[in-house]
Amino acid sequence: MEGIWVLAEHTAGQLRRITLELLGKGRALADARGSRLVALVLGHGVEPLAGPLAEHGADGVLLADHPSLASYGVEAYTHVMSRAIHEHRPWAVLVPSTANGRDLAPRVAARLGAGIVTDVEDLWVEGEQLVARRPMYTRKAVGTVAFVGDGPRIAVMLPKVFPPADRQEGRRAEVRRLEVNLETVPVRTRVVERREVRRERVSLVEAEIVVSGGRGLRGPENFALLEELAAELGAAVGSSRPPVDSGWVPHDYEIGQTGKTVSPTVYIAVGISGAPQHLAGMSGSKYIIAINKDPNAPIFQVASLGVVGDLFEIVPRLVAAVRRLRARA
Amino acid sequence: MNVVVCIKQVPDTEQPIRVKPDGSGIEEQGLNWILNYYDEHAVEEALRLRERHGGTVTVVCAGPARATEAIRTALAMGADEGILVSDPLLEGTDHLGLARALAQAIQRLSWDVVLCGRLATDDNAAVVGPALAEFLGVPQATAITRLEVGEGVARVEREVEGGVEVLEVQLPAVFTVERTINEPRYPTLPGIMRAKRQEIRTLTLADLGLAGAGAEGEAARVRYVRFDPPPRRETGEVIRPENPEEAAERIAAFLRDVAKVL
Ligand SMILES: Cc1cc2nc3c(=O)[nH]c(=O)nc-3n(C[C@H](O)[C@H](O)[C@H](O)COP(=O)(O)OP(=O)(O)OC[C@H]3O[C@@H](n4cnc5c(N)ncnc54)[C@H](O)[C@@H]3O)c2cc1C
Ligand SMILES: Nc1ncnc2c1ncn2[C@@H]1O[C@H](COP(=O)(O)O)[C@@H](O)[C@H]1O
Repeated sequence: MEGIWVLAEHTAGQLRRITLELLGKGRALADARGSRLVALVLGHGVEPLAGPLAEHGADGVLLADHPSLASYGVEAYTHVMSRAIHEHRPWAVLVPSTANGRDLAPRVAARLGAGIVTDVEDLWVEGEQLVARRPMYTRKAVGTVAFVGDGPRIAVMLPKVFPPADRQEGRRAEVRRLEVNLETVPVRTRVVERREVRRERVSLVEAEIVVSGGRGLRGPENFALLEELAAELGAAVGSSRPPVDSGWVPHDYEIGQTGKTVSPTVYIAVGISGAPQHLAGMSGSKYIIAINKDPNAPIFQVASLGVVGDLFEIVPRLVAAVRRLRARA
Repeated sequence: MNVVVCIKQVPDTEQPIRVKPDGSGIEEQGLNWILNYYDEHAVEEALRLRERHGGTVTVVCAGPARATEAIRTALAMGADEGILVSDPLLEGTDHLGLARALAQAIQRLSWDVVLCGRLATDDNAAVVGPALAEFLGVPQATAITRLEVGEGVARVEREVEGGVEVLEVQLPAVFTVERTINEPRYPTLPGIMRAKRQEIRTLTLADLGLAGAGAEGEAARVRYVRFDPPPRRETGEVIRPENPEEAAERIAAFLRDVAKVL
């Protein structure tokens, strides 16, 4: 099963949205090379995922199904993935840029001596070469990087950059089970506990709309305003850094150089000045709406729509306005 | 408890970055170079481990001669010793080559824990830490927000999508640190003075027995072909509505008619 591979991440028996995004991009690459698109799945009881993977463009599905793979562990996952790549020699492997993808991919690359590029926001074939583009220097530059030499190419792909693959009902794939033998693999890391950070709706990096608050919110209680707006829009709530440092919201909310990178369709910056370190995490958004009382705030330089005004007056009325429009739609 | 911290010198993220007209790289002239932000946190965590458990803190940095300044910053914070891995052959190496060189330098030391930053703010790769763990043959945990070291085992916390994972990791191990793990101390004046005088060892690939062994630029599996300025955002409109109602209506209309998300 050579060709283009996608590492299919899943959670609670469902493919993650980013997996569908990678299948879309992977399909285009496979077509460009006239080769097959193969999804690699690690987990336990993952056979039911083969159907949806096929319907989203996979020609082949490789299942590594084993009780010890039920949850992510770096040693077992590195072993299984490296073995699979070594044996089947895919031309390129696309890995989602998630906490586990970023933990796993570099280690696999090191084991195999593979080329690896992370934070990929575009990927294409040029002759026999695979070429990637990635933001660098806190998004103040864009680097174009080519894989050289033979052997596996590993691309760790940013979320929300590629549209998810369309579902084609009834599409089928060749499904194969990988032999998994973990007896010789030393396991020196063990998860002893998992704590949830509760989110009402979608995750921050996967959200179509992000409502983000900054120091202008003045206190934790005012994040309720943003929550209300987000609920109306089906959005996720994020923040700049000061609300995190002041303990108003958890670090999980932070967007920017030292937080998350998000690329939603709409980013609504509320009471955020637009420091370069914040822009580093959100300037890839399709549309940016900024609400700020300072007409000279740098955020207005990147805003698709900038609104000068007091957030405490505007946001509650925006909630009402959105509600009205949705009622009409 | 001997700790090695891998540090990188990067351009200060406060300043603008200019891409060279021919796209071959960024203008380095006039750039202010600093210790990578996350590596400050890694140095801080190492110093705290030393305070709690004794032992030494050694910083290792690969880079050109100017990178000694980053090492001095770490020494001024309180690190015991600094090593610079520097070799023209490293020019154009990829992150795996770099990790090979660092692993070789670290293997010559006595160590229980290696700390890295979650990523370097210049290239944002987040590759060196796990690659280093692989080359050193030890377990890893990335982007950790908490580290407690016990007898031969560490308990760490790590942010994952939608939650926090608590892991037990056998030592020796490599960890990459998230910024919330601690608040780095400022170098003290005596620290700065001491760091100025301190000798920094420089090692070449040949010193590391790595000449022609896959760490040099020649062996890289990825190569930058071009740099560009970021795509220009279409300039939008900044409005000063008469009243908040109008502001709300304009935003709602934008969401419906332009962004088409309503
Ligand atoms: C190494 C490093 C890494 C960093 N990483 C990050 C990062 O990842 N993410 C990040 O966000 N920052 C980061 N920062 C911090 C960054 O430099 C800025 O300090 C931060 O982004 C400012 O946040 P802010 O815009 O919320 O606050 P401020 O800059 O204080 O802006 C608040 C804004 O709110 C507006 N405002 C106030 N009241 C109102 C009101 N009633 N109505 C409307 N507008 C109002 C003000 O006009 C102002 O523009 C980093 C800094 C460093 C040095
Ligand atoms: N040139 C280097 N010298 C020493 N350590 C480095 C170097 N580059 C990266 N590192 C370490 O690896 C971490 C992640 O870097 P990167 O993989 O480049 O994003 C950094 O925070 C450092 O701890």
